[in-house]
Amino acid sequence: MIISHEQVETMAFLNQIELSAEEKEQYTAQLNVILKYARILEQLDTSQVAPMIHVLPLYNVWREDEVGVGLDREQALQNAPESEEGYFKVPRIL
Amino acid sequence: MATDYEAVIGLEVHVELKTKSKIFCSCPTTFGGESNTHVCPGCLGLPGVLPVLNRKVVEYAIKAGLALNCEIAEFTKFDRKNYHYPDLPKNYQLSQFDLPICQQGYLEIEINDNQKKIGINRIHMEEDAGKLVHQGDNIARAEYSLVDCNRSSVPLLEIVSEPDMRSAEEARVYLEKLKAILEYLDISDCKMEEGSLRCDANVSIRPRGQRTLGTKTEIKNMNSFRSLQRAVEYEIERQIDAKEAGEPIVQETRGWDEVTGVTLSMRSKEEADDYRYFPEPDLPPLRIDRAWVEELQQQQPELPAARKERFIQDYGLPNYDAEILTNSRALADFYEASCSLYPNPKVVSNWVMGELLHLLNAENLEITQSRVTPERLAEMLQLIDKGTISGKLAKTVLEEMFKTGQPPQAIVQAKGLVQITDESALTIVVDQVLEANPKVVEDYRKGKGKALGFLVGQVMKQTRGQASPEVVNRLLKTRL
Repeated sequence: MIISHEQVETMAFLNQIELSAEEKEQYTAQLNVILKYARILEQLDTSQVAPMIHVLPLYNVWREDEVGVGLDREQALQNAPESEEGYFKVPRIL
Repeated sequence: MATDYEAVIGLEVHVELKTKSKIFCSCPTTFGGESNTHVCPGCLGLPGVLPVLNRKVVEYAIKAGLALNCEIAEFTKFDRKNYHYPDLPKNYQLSQFDLPICQQGYLEIEINDNQKKIGINRIHMEEDAGKLVHQGDNIARAEYSLVDCNRSSVPLLEIVSEPDMRSAEEARVYLEKLKAILEYLDISDCKMEEGSLRCDANVSIRPRGQRTLGTKTEIKNMNSFRSLQRAVEYEIERQIDAKEAGEPIVQETRGWDEVTGVTLSMRSKEEADDYRYFPEPDLPPLRIDRAWVEELQQQQPELPAARKERFIQDYGLPNYDAEILTNSRALADFYEASCSLYPNPKVVSNWVMGELLHLLNAENLEITQSRVTPERLAEMLQLIDKGTISGKLAKTVLEEMFKTGQPPQAIVQAKGLVQITDESALTIVVDQVLEANPKVVEDYRKGKGKALGFLVGQVMKQTRGQASPEVVNRLLKTRL
């Protein structure tokens, strides 16, 4: 087992997802299959390869400080499950 | 014997940069627009959009780093900080984790003429979150909350100090100095009340002489220099009391309550902080060209320390005056403009630091909001020189100028505040005063010098402060 039940629980908590006992079981098993597959990469000898932060040989991709046109308010809010007076409405936080 | 404790304080300061557009999209950064009108798919965190970095943000970060004596990274990158909160639509904040743009700098503060270096651990670039409006008295009692994404992705610098401060006063002075430097660089509005300058404090205590650090708490929600000082003072006392009572100090976030003047536990730290940072795949890393850094270094404006030195050299001001005047760029500008119109630097400094700052502080105004302009101040000082008004009357005139914005001459005329120098008119008043106070006159004649002051005061009172003190003194002395 690469990832434990407890780690899956922690992950669910951090991502604010409620999981049933069966789901926990199911996802732990599935995640282990995925991680095991990914571990094949660890067999490669990378001792001569510098750590990589980004896969493409690109640097300094930026734009000038200019204002563009965004969305108007109706567009911005149109997919919101709930809105009120021009705001996104969200359930109580605490 | 009671243990002697020492406080250890570090500050994390967030400052909004005054670029025209946001850090990763081209929405405007203007403060105070109608809710959700400065937004686009990027800063709303809609699926499938790509961030593109605003070059100006990098420029401003380098300028801040240079002004704070930091090393500017040759290689730097952005990372995702993952957490869930309704003001963060993407569920992660684009920030910098292990390779920030600036590291290992310092800032010099001055307290009671003593210089102290406060280390700067790092400066990194990141995006701001949106703004929440809670429907109810506060977040805990709110039935629901409303989200405005106008502020989402406004560029921020987070400036993290080393835990080098040892008192609440040092923390306040550090923040004031940092604000001054950022203002001189012209990279932020630095308005604490609008949230463009925000400060969290890490506070711990330890017995003096101990080298290891005590358990720290993080204090949030301080929105003025004064509340920073009060909150840190309170927190130090609270921790000392807990320690003395044998209670544990818990590592947690505490909120400062301005009204009750206490810090209250918000959440415990251990479980909450797991941000699972990883390099942002949508933003290629940055290589900071040394020639660019050099160019920005050449363009740096005069900073508070250099300007203070110049004020001491060129205007002959005492250290104290120069420190206060240069701690705000706008105040220093006002002072220099006044001096160019009325070339007596110490007199100008006395009026600006004394009366004018006093009036501004009483109304909680900035110098930029002052109705008294350098031109008007200079005109008023010229009226004193001409003998039209006395220094005492000038204070009344300045107050009126401050209230109404009128020119000093107009106030003097409208209020009949002109100084009375006419000897025959004053002689009558002097004689009345002498007649009414035979006992004091006798005291004076017996050699009590102080009695004269009382008599001068009486004449001033009779003339509502308008008598020329010089003439009154002379008249009294000849008569006694």
